[in-house]
Amino acid sequence: MAGQQRVYKARIRSTQSLKKMFRAQELIAASRIGKARDRVSHAGPYARAVTRAASAVQAHGRADHRFLTPRTDTQRVAVLLVASDRGMAGAYSATVIRETERLVAKLRGEGKEVVLYLAGRRAVAYYTFRQRAVERSWTGQSDAPQVGTADEIATALLEAYERPGSEGVGEVHVVYTRFVNMVTQRTTVERMLPIELVEGVEERAQGQALPLYEYEPDPVTVLDALLPRYVRARLYACLLESAASELAARQRAMHTATDNAEDLIRTYTRLANQARQGEITQEISEIVSGADALAS
Amino acid sequence: MAELEVDIVATDGKVWSGTARQVTAPAADGEIGVLAGHTPLLSVLRPGEVRVTPAGGGAPERWTVEGGFLSVDSDHVTVVVDAATPVAPAAR
Repeated sequence: MAGQQRVYKARIRSTQSLKKMFRAQELIAASRIGKARDRVSHAGPYARAVTRAASAVQAHGRADHRFLTPRTDTQRVAVLLVASDRGMAGAYSATVIRETERLVAKLRGEGKEVVLYLAGRRAVAYYTFRQRAVERSWTGQSDAPQVGTADEIATALLEAYERPGSEGVGEVHVVYTRFVNMVTQRTTVERMLPIELVEGVEERAQGQALPLYEYEPDPVTVLDALLPRYVRARLYACLLESAASELAARQRAMHTATDNAEDLIRTYTRLANQARQGEITQEISEIVSGADALAS
Repeated sequence: MAELEVDIVATDGKVWSGTARQVTAPAADGEIGVLAGHTPLLSVLRPGEVRVTPAGGGAPERWTVEGGFLSVDSDHVTVVVDAATPVAPAAR
């Protein structure tokens, strides 16, 4: 019977140390999330400026650029999946991967060949375990993406898009998690290339003329400089939003884990007490019955 | 005198914003100076130096930039650059 008690005590101790870890992870995530959201807002002005310029160009109807018109010479499609490097974030990575699988299935159904680009160790682990071909992957900074990494990813994707013939890709999709607020993060699929300028198209009053831009040195050169930057800015924004979402998901998951650990500790404490009382009761009844046997 | 609304933004945040009398930037075909009332313009920037003369006069603010582009739209100037480092007053 004493063995029973010892088992419960050991379980309580290990759950307590787990709880400490969960709590620490929760606090770490909570402290980083502020920084991640700051970064999202810091990248905002750049993205807005680029988007405004790009949509102004689009509004002129002069936009006839290889980044804006769909390619027809290839059936290959690139999909970039943005997941996390570490677990302990609930269903965060699993959700993104599931959404990607759905997208891949849909694209395959349309007769397209999917080329995978991955960001985040969890995604890499998922695909290497299933021995699926991955074109390229980036790992190591999913919770604090740097401009350099975003540039690297964008360069790889743009390069694939610009490669001529059947070697290139005709479309680039990004699956990431949009940070709506602390409790809601939405898995989002976005087509990055060819560019559809959706956000930031300013509504102009009827009769108000759009500014007729002069291009320096010429429209093609300007678009050549502008559109890759647009893609880079969008991609960087995707990474930052994913990072913020990851941290929010982690904080929530770790909070739940801490609560569960507390519940477990409570249950085990009760069981241990029961075992202790049972032991005492048994000892007493043994003594009493022994004394009774002697007395009779 | 009319003034320009200027925003200078880099990839990782806003560098400078405010009103200015003149903006000078290294455009593709050579240095370009923008004053109030400029026609709408979209220009590629080469690596070089961007100078902004504040509305109140005084010494211009200067940055070394890595290339980007410049847009002018009804006295609103947006300079979008990949990276900008301020030129220290001592280095002038």
